[in-house]
Amino acid sequence: MSGTIRFLLNGGLREVAGADPTRTLLEWLREDARRTGTKEGCAEGDCGACTVVVGELIDGAVRWRAVNACILFLPVLDGRAIITVEGLSKDGELHPVQRAMVEAHGSQCGFCTPGFVMTLMAMWLNGGEQDAAKINDALAGNLCRCTGYGPIIAAAQAMGGRADASADAKIAEQLEALRREAMLELDFTDRFSGARRRYLAPRSADELAQALMAHPDATVLAGGTDVGLWVTKQHRSLDVVVSLNEAADLRAMRETDDAIEIGAGARYSDAYGRLTQLWPDFGEVLRRLGSTLIRNSGTIGGNIANGSPIGDSPPLLIALGAKLTLRRGGTTRQMPLEDYFIAYGKQDRQPGEFVLSVSIPKPKPGAVFKAWKISKRFDQDISALCGAFQLTMDGERIASARIAFGGMAATPKRAGACEAALIGQVFDEATLESALAALDGDFAPISDMRASAGYRAAAARGLLRKLWAETQGQAIRLVGTGGLVDA
Amino acid sequence: MRDTAVVHKSLAHDSAERHVAGSALYVDDLPEPPGLLHVHIGMSARAHARILRMDLSAVRAAPGVVCVLTAADIPGVNDVGPVFKGDPVFAEAEVIYVGQSLFAIAAETREAGRAAAALAVVEYEDLPAALTIAQARAAGLTLEPAQVMTLGDAKAALEAAPHRLQGKLAIGGQEHFYLESQAALALPGEAEEIRIVSSTQHPSELQHLVAHMLHVPSHSVVVEVRRMGGGFGGKETQGALFAAVAALAAVKTGRPAKSRPDRDADMIMTGKRHDFEISWDAGFDETGRLHGVAFDLASRCGCSNDLSRAINDRAMFHADNCYFLGAAEIVSHRFRTHTVSNTAFRGFGGPQGMVGIERVMDAIAAHLDLDPLAVRKANLYGPGRDTTPYHQMVTDNVAPQLIGELERRCDYAARRAAVAEFNATNRWLKKGIALTPVKFGISFTTSHLNQAGALVHVYADGSILLNHGGTEMGQGLFVKVAQVAADAFGVPLEAVKISATATDKVPNTSATAASSGSDLNGMAALAACETIRGRMVELLAGLWSCIPHDIHFADGRVWGPGHDVTFGEVARLCHLNRISLSSTGYYATPKIHYDRATHTGRPFYYFAYGAACSEVVIDTLTGENRVLRVDILHDVGRSLNPAIDHGQIEGGFIQGMGWLTTEELVFDDKGNLRTHAPSTYKIPCASDRPPIFNLDLWDGENTEATIHRSKAVGEPPLMLAISVFSALTQAVAAAADHKVFPDLDAPATPEHILLAVEDVRRRAAAT
Repeated sequence: MSGTIRFLLNGGLREVAGADPTRTLLEWLREDARRTGTKEGCAEGDCGACTVVVGELIDGAVRWRAVNACILFLPVLDGRAIITVEGLSKDGELHPVQRAMVEAHGSQCGFCTPGFVMTLMAMWLNGGEQDAAKINDALAGNLCRCTGYGPIIAAAQAMGGRADASADAKIAEQLEALRREAMLELDFTDRFSGARRRYLAPRSADELAQALMAHPDATVLAGGTDVGLWVTKQHRSLDVVVSLNEAADLRAMRETDDAIEIGAGARYSDAYGRLTQLWPDFGEVLRRLGSTLIRNSGTIGGNIANGSPIGDSPPLLIALGAKLTLRRGGTTRQMPLEDYFIAYGKQDRQPGEFVLSVSIPKPKPGAVFKAWKISKRFDQDISALCGAFQLTMDGERIASARIAFGGMAATPKRAGACEAALIGQVFDEATLESALAALDGDFAPISDMRASAGYRAAAARGLLRKLWAETQGQAIRLVGTGGLVDA
Repeated sequence: MRDTAVVHKSLAHDSAERHVAGSALYVDDLPEPPGLLHVHIGMSARAHARILRMDLSAVRAAPGVVCVLTAADIPGVNDVGPVFKGDPVFAEAEVIYVGQSLFAIAAETREAGRAAAALAVVEYEDLPAALTIAQARAAGLTLEPAQVMTLGDAKAALEAAPHRLQGKLAIGGQEHFYLESQAALALPGEAEEIRIVSSTQHPSELQHLVAHMLHVPSHSVVVEVRRMGGGFGGKETQGALFAAVAALAAVKTGRPAKSRPDRDADMIMTGKRHDFEISWDAGFDETGRLHGVAFDLASRCGCSNDLSRAINDRAMFHADNCYFLGAAEIVSHRFRTHTVSNTAFRGFGGPQGMVGIERVMDAIAAHLDLDPLAVRKANLYGPGRDTTPYHQMVTDNVAPQLIGELERRCDYAARRAAVAEFNATNRWLKKGIALTPVKFGISFTTSHLNQAGALVHVYADGSILLNHGGTEMGQGLFVKVAQVAADAFGVPLEAVKISATATDKVPNTSATAASSGSDLNGMAALAACETIRGRMVELLAGLWSCIPHDIHFADGRVWGPGHDVTFGEVARLCHLNRISLSSTGYYATPKIHYDRATHTGRPFYYFAYGAACSEVVIDTLTGENRVLRVDILHDVGRSLNPAIDHGQIEGGFIQGMGWLTTEELVFDDKGNLRTHAPSTYKIPCASDRPPIFNLDLWDGENTEATIHRSKAVGEPPLMLAISVFSALTQAVAAAADHKVFPDLDAPATPEHILLAVEDVRRRAAAT
């Protein structure tokens, strides 16, 4: 058993022994390594001041992505390469990304700046970007309170991108040398509280199944974009953490003629491209789920497993008729996704059991899929509500309807009465009116800081009306593909 | 105008290269001294309650805890209120808001302190709490009697006016969301000395408050600030608590101590922009020109005075914006509530007052079926119509020309027609467009605050060290003042080094606030530079046998008849001839005076102007909205640094847009702030920036003799975003074909917009 975490920091090998497994990368950087260029703005992955670039070996090549260091547990970095803002300039010369920021007057108070520089650095490493909408997407996880963003967007467009990735070969070689023969296990005791915290990082679904049989009450850690906050915000002590980040087989996406199966470890950014091709509205909701920084860490599996009533992917997956596969030891079972969510904070998952994958039936002829997310801010916000609609048309008539909402109940939930009011009907204004009335009976939403109950109900009606208008050939969009449309 | 190498040039922020390299140091980045303690503050869980019992024994016994501090440990005054008392360091008998400081733990680690805080046992007896303006109004809780500002006889004017209209609106508060939370590091020295490195806009005040708390003279406390990671007014007074607890912990233990709340604690414990409820009554003629107006401005000040009186005064000062009101009565109520004490925020009450009058303009236009811009133009100050409600004359008015120029550049008339066409042909999406001006008064309205000091050293090698009382929070003050100093000595900018603001270098300074930083400190620095340069000239004139007038400083050299030497050689000459190369400089703004008893006088040295045109679209099914385009023309006089000023204008606009659209503070019915992190409190992000953003500086110079004829820029541009709110109001009106005028409150979240759309449709159907 090795209790030492090994990773590359700005090209140099770091070996960290005796670490608290729930210590974040940001805490380690600032407090232990004294690399204070990386800042804490919120400790919840919402402001991006802590952005670093992480490289991991995938199929022999290094894949670079920008992530939030503030919610990333240090052991998750094992076997990976980290670039921080201190690692960019060479021999006192600013990196092209940094130079572009200076020349564009992209910093004022400067506190968010290292985070923006690192988001831009990931963009630069991946070849650069000129498209303003894509730059906005990449920057959505970085908040700036001073500049109004214009100069930073200008810097992104001016900085260019890396033409030659050959420098990665050496990093790949170094990372290859860090590959483990056995899974990483850590055992830590807090010097003040005496609390013991353990960490296991199984390297396959089989190893994961065994580890969870041994520690059935362990916290399963995927991207950490939710679990990280249990520590940084709720200040919980997690006794045993089992990470599925090293289980390569869990990250796989498999596709048949009928369905696409997404492994529990697949990150949003891994799944985004294919899901967008199959269902453009799925892509549009995913594009607005968290930020690029969050989607580079977070997983669809985790979004499901934690059972949040406001997770954005479950309502879409439910409307699409997705099935969830769970595994416990050597046994797997499958269920319709909506059955997994029992009540607020309660899911149909046994001790020792974990989400293995979710399988989504592919679009069939006559199927219409629409989904909309409503939030105070378009990007990097949590839904006030999220509505997903799948209709299958049989000529003029609605043959089947699956409608699910997030944010309208204690769990992601189907709108049964509304579906019933639609099925078998021609989707005309009379049908719409009866479906609107039925929808009011499907939910009794609550008021909270994101929206009032009245607004949630009104906006849900608005989405149903929008579904109707769009099935009449209109498109009503403020953002996303095609920009402003009402035709 | 003299063309110089450094002034009026777009030079980078002095720290830009360190910002991008991560080597610019903020308080929490400084190397931690050995033995550093981390201070964690225990907070009140109740809005208004008597403290029956506070048992901290388990806290004291918790692992890693070095000491626990309460009111009993304070040697001096248990209060850090800036002007008036009422902000205790630690609550004693009673708590008055959720998040109020009860005690502080100094611990070996942040985690140990935080964990120990949870062990405190506090028993409360709840008392009636007034959380909202309405509740405070009902309970009669105020900070001071209602203030009244009058111009002429408003009542008579309203009664005699051909048209009369009333309305009301609510305007939400705003969290500063500086990216760097509050932070202070206290370092104990010998003989009662203590040095505090703080993220504060007001080092002098912090020094005085900590000295009073510790019961030592101010000379024993030094406060230093190199830079803040954003301030926006939120670090004008709010840093004092954190500096005080760090200082107290350092004094009690003899160890260095740091107080750095996390984001949630910062947002819960510190004040915000005041939320307002405004009702108005306007009398006007067929052209929309006002004959008289009455405003009732009510604000939620929170649990103490803080700066609320001056903030509410400024709401009154800007209830006219660019318009001659005819006759006016402006009544201002300052309500005391059991919520965190609201504080300074960019604009300092001005934005709220200005939103009120801009709403009046829109409502009048809707009532008369006129273009709102025509109504605005009909009401502008002009010859014979130039008296403000506080009886200052508007003598530097560029609003009419500036508005006209922006109207032309942004193609307002054609775009307004295109918006109408879009609305006629689209059922679900509706657009709106609005062009609104800004006139913002420059000076602290508390006249004595308009003073500043600087300290300049020239070393014998010709290098220059510049220090002044202003603080750098990202606004580019340091580079602007360095430009002034470099220009004064005719040296390149690199010859001037800017050092951290510190109370032992320049004493008794005012806050860096009220947009005054470069106006005040630029002049003070110039005075210091001119003193030294004058001594240099006098020496050289003697040595070179010429008249002072013949000696020139430029390009790092000094010329006289038959002489050409480097600036460094002159410095060495001065040293050899025993001429002092160090000087202070001082500046006090001239011409200003104000009588608060009658609310009359000349509170402002001058006005800064601007205008913006915003075009928006709303989705009437969901209330979602976008700002599609903005055009801005803004007056910064003769800009000291156009790039820095551009940044202030663009950033200010986006911040104002956030205030009026996505940024919503939600308190529950127990007084808990429910939006205390960026996951729930939504400031604008990159994609919220209007995709078409045209920004130009007005070509003009200050009519007053300010530093190089520039104008202040920090606050005024925030109010350009009122154009977004007006445009959204227009779009909502379009949802009911402009038949009725919307009651849209700020912030215009999707929720407020959808509810307003449903409301105008209901009302339009009923007519």
